[in-house]
Amino acid sequence: MSELLQFLLSGITVGAVYALVALGFTIIFNASGVINFAQGEFVMLGGMSTVFLLDAGVPMLPAAVAAIAIACAVGIALNKLAIQPARGASVVTLIIITIGASIFLRGAAQIVFDKQIHRFESFSGDEPFVIGGATILPQSLWVMAGAVAVFAGLYLFFTRSLLGKAVLATANNPLAARLVGVNTNFVMTLSFAMSAAIGAFAGVLVTPITLTSYDIGIALALKGFAAAVLGGMGNPFGALVGGLLVGLIEAMTAGYISSAYKDAAAFIVILAVLFVMPHGIFGRATVERV
Amino acid sequence: MRTLSPKYATLIALIALIALAPLFFPSTFYYRIGALIFINGLAVIGLVVLIGYAGQISLGHAGFAGIGAYACALGPIHLGLAPVLSLVLGAVLSGAIAWLVGRPILRLRGHYLAVATLGFGILIYIVLNNEAQLTGGPDGMPVEGLGLRGLLESAGFAVKASKLWYWLAALVMLAGALLALNLHDSPTGRALRSLHDSEVAAHTVGIDVARYKLTAFVISAVYASVAGSQIALMNEFVSPDIAGFLHSIELLTMTVLGGAAMVFGAVIGATILTALPQVLTALQDFEHIVLGLIMMLVMIFMPEGLVPSLARLVRRRPR
Repeated sequence: MSELLQFLLSGITVGAVYALVALGFTIIFNASGVINFAQGEFVMLGGMSTVFLLDAGVPMLPAAVAAIAIACAVGIALNKLAIQPARGASVVTLIIITIGASIFLRGAAQIVFDKQIHRFESFSGDEPFVIGGATILPQSLWVMAGAVAVFAGLYLFFTRSLLGKAVLATANNPLAARLVGVNTNFVMTLSFAMSAAIGAFAGVLVTPITLTSYDIGIALALKGFAAAVLGGMGNPFGALVGGLLVGLIEAMTAGYISSAYKDAAAFIVILAVLFVMPHGIFGRATVERV
Repeated sequence: MRTLSPKYATLIALIALIALAPLFFPSTFYYRIGALIFINGLAVIGLVVLIGYAGQISLGHAGFAGIGAYACALGPIHLGLAPVLSLVLGAVLSGAIAWLVGRPILRLRGHYLAVATLGFGILIYIVLNNEAQLTGGPDGMPVEGLGLRGLLESAGFAVKASKLWYWLAALVMLAGALLALNLHDSPTGRALRSLHDSEVAAHTVGIDVARYKLTAFVISAVYASVAGSQIALMNEFVSPDIAGFLHSIELLTMTVLGGAAMVFGAVIGATILTALPQVLTALQDFEHIVLGLIMMLVMIFMPEGLVPSLARLVRRRPR
């Protein structure tokens, strides 16, 4: 029983990170219809920037804030320089642009930072708590709390603020949103900034547990994308459920079957779900207009 | 004035490219890169059928290259097959697997199709990585060569392996190009292109959309498999990276960069992206930055791909 609890806890920790990455995919997808494969690089930028700012003598909190701001700036630049000029291009073309961006950012990171693996101190020590025979690191609690805060904050933003409703309106129908006076260009920029910030925030939270290096982005992007699709592309709640599911499936497979096949199990479940529910768990079936 | 049909124009351009390129090779090393270009070109022509003709997407085609490559590695050892027959076995296997997984996968559209093919490719990669007692795991395994060079030598012709592979890969690619070009103007090709434009419209005029998508998927899988087999036979070595996500992306980028809608464009895409890393290694640390930048710039400014965009530019110019 304590074993199951242990796997549950580690699954939820990893799943929370996947959920945040998936949320980043969802926000950008809703605003622009683009699948941003550079999403994982934001996580890398958050972790790596914090590492190097800490090394430069900056205290933890300002370093983390600055790291998130750096990722935000990169996200906005990505939108302005690469995505907006290519508006109207096909799905494949846009996918290749964002993959090009992710290769570019990885290449830049290995020059600006380095190719080493880094970590920094956990926020509140490494003394694990014991719950029902299972242990959990304080940092895992930080990750979970961070994910809860982000999802709750976004829920309030989308349902309570005018700007949040403008974002939703743009996701629903960009033309109609423009007609009622929503600045859709600004909404797109805002979405890229928010996605980048969420990714970098996840990077700051998880680096003390999983470590970071210039090339962690691509694997996270694949998992996050898969999680977002599993939940139903474009649905923030789906991103949360999809992320947690992928994390839990991985942890259970690693614990009970074989750690070598934990990635395989996640993708087998995703394929199986898509065969039965072609639009993901919470995705809406779209009707093609002729 | 009679103009050359696109089919013969493409074939003549390809033959000219293959025949003239060696005149500019400073050393035999370039034959090897040439051979790699043609092998990648073959896989990419398969993707033209899937992406350019039928309008589908795949982020997992390296998986089929992996099946082809490991068929050539394992066939001779475990089944006692000749290397050439192993290649055929790999192609049949890839086709069969594509037919099986294609049925449920191709019902998906857009991003859902992307993630499903991505998952499929990653599954094959993971299996190749983990079944170490069979595949040698991440370290890879040696592959028995084609044995063609020994045969030629005993007949009195001594040829360097790289030169032999250059001409061999060129022939296979030409055959692949001819098939794809013929397909383009056949009833099947027309059906594929019609469902690219609008699945609903294709369906209304009586085209079996599911069947034609599956056909394109199986064809492209066989092309990728034969390309994978050739890489394994040429290198006489194979590792799971051939089935990896990055290889899938590489193939996809080659296809779209050159121009997914036409065979010649795709071959140019394969040429650029195979040769580019050789040039960029001189830049060392800046290699990735430049590669990423080129991918972005071409796609932003020429979303249809290099060759179609340049062709339009030339055509627009007044005579």
